[in-house]
Amino acid sequence: MDFELTEDQELLKRAVREFADGEIAPGAAERDEHGRFPSELVPKLASQGLLGILVPDEYGGAGYDAIGAAIILEEIARVDAAVALLVGSHNSLCSGHILAVGTEDQKRTFLPPLARGEKLGAWALTEPGSGSDAGAMRTRATLDGGSWVIRGDKQFITQGSMAGTYVVIASTDPSLGTKGISAFIVPRETPGLNVGKIEKKLGVCASDTAALHFDDMRVPRENLLGKMNEGFKDVLGILSAARIGMAAMAVGIARGAFDEALKYARGRRQFGKPILEYEAIQWMLADMATEIDAARLLAHKAATLKDSGQPFLRTASQAKLHASEVVMRATSKAIQIHGGYGYLKDSPVERFYRDAKLCEIGEGTSEVQRMVIARDVLK
Amino acid sequence: MDFSLSERQRLFQQKIHAFASSAIEPVAADLDRKELCPPEMLSALADQGLLGTFVPVELGGAGEDYVSYVAALEEISKAWASLGTILTAHNSLVCYPILRFGDEAQKRKYLPLLTRERQLGCYAFAEPGAGSDAGAIQTTATADGDGFLLNGRKLFVTNGKQARIVIVYALTDPARGRDGLSVFIVDKDSAGLSVGKVDGKLGLRGAQTVELTFRDCKVPKSSLLGGPNRGFEIARAAVESGRIDIAAQAVGIAQACLDQSVAYAKARLQFGRPIAEFEAIQWIVADMATEIEAARLLTYRAALGRARDRRDGALALQASMAKLYASEAANRAAYNAIQVFGGHGYLTDFPVERYFRDARATTLYEETSEIERLVIERELAKGSAGL
Repeated sequence: MDFELTEDQELLKRAVREFADGEIAPGAAERDEHGRFPSELVPKLASQGLLGILVPDEYGGAGYDAIGAAIILEEIARVDAAVALLVGSHNSLCSGHILAVGTEDQKRTFLPPLARGEKLGAWALTEPGSGSDAGAMRTRATLDGGSWVIRGDKQFITQGSMAGTYVVIASTDPSLGTKGISAFIVPRETPGLNVGKIEKKLGVCASDTAALHFDDMRVPRENLLGKMNEGFKDVLGILSAARIGMAAMAVGIARGAFDEALKYARGRRQFGKPILEYEAIQWMLADMATEIDAARLLAHKAATLKDSGQPFLRTASQAKLHASEVVMRATSKAIQIHGGYGYLKDSPVERFYRDAKLCEIGEGTSEVQRMVIARDVLK
Repeated sequence: MDFSLSERQRLFQQKIHAFASSAIEPVAADLDRKELCPPEMLSALADQGLLGTFVPVELGGAGEDYVSYVAALEEISKAWASLGTILTAHNSLVCYPILRFGDEAQKRKYLPLLTRERQLGCYAFAEPGAGSDAGAIQTTATADGDGFLLNGRKLFVTNGKQARIVIVYALTDPARGRDGLSVFIVDKDSAGLSVGKVDGKLGLRGAQTVELTFRDCKVPKSSLLGGPNRGFEIARAAVESGRIDIAAQAVGIAQACLDQSVAYAKARLQFGRPIAEFEAIQWIVADMATEIEAARLLTYRAALGRARDRRDGALALQASMAKLYASEAANRAAYNAIQVFGGHGYLTDFPVERYFRDARATTLYEETSEIERLVIERELAKGSAGL
């Protein structure tokens, strides 16, 4: 038993924190305010290895494991959840899917440009009529000669308009429901790949969320990712791993909110003493810190189980469920401690509060996490 | 990072699990109603190495580490939380301070007694006017020839009736308040020490608590633990360990709530199907399981720090976080377990009614949740990071 990070993990944590404080934090409020995608950060993220987190060295990546990814996402989310979402979805969903089931050729072709940040990755699963219920997917892929023809619409796609490489999930046999689902790698320049509405959101405003329309989009036969009709199983595996990342992101936002709240409570004086000296404030901080530690332990346990090849689905869902609810409470308390100032755009906690809500929705809502957990506990 | 028990820890946990399932669970409800822990049960616990689990073998203990001990406490508390309370008082509040602060003669004299010889220990700290506030203790120890005279009243003394050895907190320098507190290892048979009636309690009924009264109770100089005026430091160390114990007890109670809820939800039919098929029940179960896992992780993190004899602010922080979170989670779990059982859960025929009463104590003793939050905030403000 050991709950400490290894020396390498500590170094990684410190390095990412320094990078996040120095490079990501300064523009976060401005990007959020204007809903501006952090394009200028992409080469910097790449140079830090943060766009090839899970990708092994031979494909140009940094080759971290799930714990490493969790550490990275937490540290980035501590200052900017939109950048954490970019890094998380690019790595865990798009590159992660290619890495998990891609052929050697696919990995050699697609992973190095993703890891080097020459292309950003997107992962297109959700549709207007199918969120958690992947069996209701309408996007169709049919084989026509030497290529796949894909038709349909996707919704809520992170990096939807900015990506260079897309992993698209489509039905290859609608009569089979979830057993007729497959995945495809689609380069941005593919004719028929059209970007639709770019969404405005409550939070993570600097993140790029777009609708996609596939109008007879032709994809080479060899771009089928994984086995035909076995995509659903792969999708569940990718989503479960991504839940650990979302949990880490939630912990990061909560930590950012906590740090701001503690700093503010030390400096703010009322009735002749710092508000930190009031039990009302002390208790909020104590509860925040306790829950954050619990959430982080769950996330790290899920990552450790995954890294050691053990079943991790239940723990990943528990981590994501708990961390996302913790970050909602923590950001709300952080605003409360700031009083009126926390309600102003000048304070980062206002942004953290809006960003936090994503964590209860993305990679499966809290309700879906409870379904997953209950199914496992009651089996 | 490694979240699993070592082979040795796992084997100890399994042994205690088997013992708790076969020897405690079947009799827990009956003994709880009788509000006692019979001598045979204490001997059975001793046979399992639970009196002095982390005391070295050469001093009569089982020589396991603190993580194994916490794993055992969780298993025992799952079966009958009252026993967890008896073991905590004995091991963490009596054996541990003697092990850590005792001189060689004290260790050789008392620890074999408390382990091999199966004599129970108890901890006399709280008073009518002093709970969390050590500075309000009024019991005095005045020098008298070759020893001290103890005078005062102690409340909430778990094991006080059965114990052979008492750890007593008394003022040797009353002008200095809590910094004038000293600790004495006192034989229960000492003249001037009397035992009051057994308290009636909401829960933890098998762990009897009593009042102890000291009237010119003469103790020798050699009974002073750790030197004069070190009482507050000793109390902090003991209660820090005790907190981790209570966190483990709370995790055990919560796990029992979950196990019972799952079994009942699968068996109970309403509207033509098991209630486990309703989302309302599934969600209760999912939340319970999630919080238990979180509580357990916090608890074992603190336990490992204690096993490694960490003495910094981080251990204080982690122990208080574990205790706060686990005790609050156990109360939610117990509340919800009764909810899953419906009206049946309100009957004493089912164990969840007992879990509900037992869980309530965990947010109170070895410090209230309110004090835990103060400790957490104090350590955070000092910069003692959790992770």
